[in-house]
Amino acid sequence: MTFSVLVEVQLRSGISDPQGQTIERALPTLGYEGVSGVRVGKSMRFTVEAADEAAARAQVDEICQKVLTNPVIEDAIITVDPA
Amino acid sequence: MTKVGVVVFPGTNCESDVIESVRALGGEAEMVWHGDSSLPQLDAVVIPGGFAHGDYLRPGAIAQFSSIMGAVREFADKGGPVVGICNGFQVLTETGLLPGALQKNAGLKFLCQPATLRVETSNSSLTSAAEVGQTLRIPINHFEGNFTCSPETLAQLQDEDRVVVTYVDNPNGSMGDIAGVCNEGRNVVGLMPHPERASNALLGSEDGNVMFTSLLQSALANA
Repeated sequence: MTFSVLVEVQLRSGISDPQGQTIERALPTLGYEGVSGVRVGKSMRFTVEAADEAAARAQVDEICQKVLTNPVIEDAIITVDPA
Repeated sequence: MTKVGVVVFPGTNCESDVIESVRALGGEAEMVWHGDSSLPQLDAVVIPGGFAHGDYLRPGAIAQFSSIMGAVREFADKGGPVVGICNGFQVLTETGLLPGALQKNAGLKFLCQPATLRVETSNSSLTSAAEVGQTLRIPINHFEGNFTCSPETLAQLQDEDRVVVTYVDNPNGSMGDIAGVCNEGRNVVGLMPHPERASNALLGSEDGNVMFTSLLQSALANA
C-alpha cells in the first residue's frame, strides 16, 4: 500500500527558538499585538510503500530518528494517511 | 613527518587554509574526498569549515552519511586526533562523535568577526600546547554556532573538563559560552571559531597556531 506522510519537525520544548523569538518581536512593530508562543519548524511530505499503516509509521519514525530530525534539539509529529 | 588528512565534502571551503596552516608549522597535509570509504595513512584528521552538501536539511545532517565518515569514526575510536572546525564541528555533532547540537545564533545574525576565546583545558588534542586561561583572538564565521545541549549534558561536559574553549563575550547564545568541546577520549574536538584564519600575522592574528601545534603534537603521539 502507498501512504502519504507528513512530517512536522519542531524544536523540542525548552530549546530556545531564535527564529520564533525574532518573529514574535517583529509582530508588534507591524501592529499585531497579543501574539505569543511563536515556534518555527519545517514540514516534509513524501509517500512510502508499506504493508500497512503501522509498518509505514515505524519506517517513518526510524527515518526521522536517523536523518530528518536532530534528536538532540528537535522532534517530529508524524501523520500517515493512505494515499 | 606527521600527516594530517583534511576531509573535503561538496561545499567545503576552508580546506586549503587548513592545509596551509599545517604546512606552515612543518606538518604534512593532504585532502581526503568524502566519497572515499577509507582513509590513507594519516596521523590526524581535520573536518574543515564550509557548507558540506549545501547545509541541506541541517548543517552536517547529510555529511554524516558520506562514505568517509565510517572511516573517520573508526580512526576516532582508535584514539586518532579528529578536529572539526565550524561546519566540521556541526558534522561531528550530527555524526554523534561529539555531544550537543549547533542551533541558529541567538539574534539570528550571521556572525563574521574576531572573537576572544579562553582556553578551558589543555587536555585535548587541540589545546595540549596551550595554557588554561590563555586568551586567543580567532575569527568566527557562522549562522548556526549556538551550542545547545540538555542541562545534564552541559553539567557532564563541565564536570569532566570537556569544555575546550569558551567565548569571553558570548556572541551567539551558546550554552555555557561554549565555543568548543571534546569527546570522552579527548582526541575528538569540535569548535566554531576558525584557527586557520588566525595562522599568520598578515591575517591579523597568529593565535590559531597554538591549536595546530597541539594537533601536530597529538598526531605525532598517535603516529
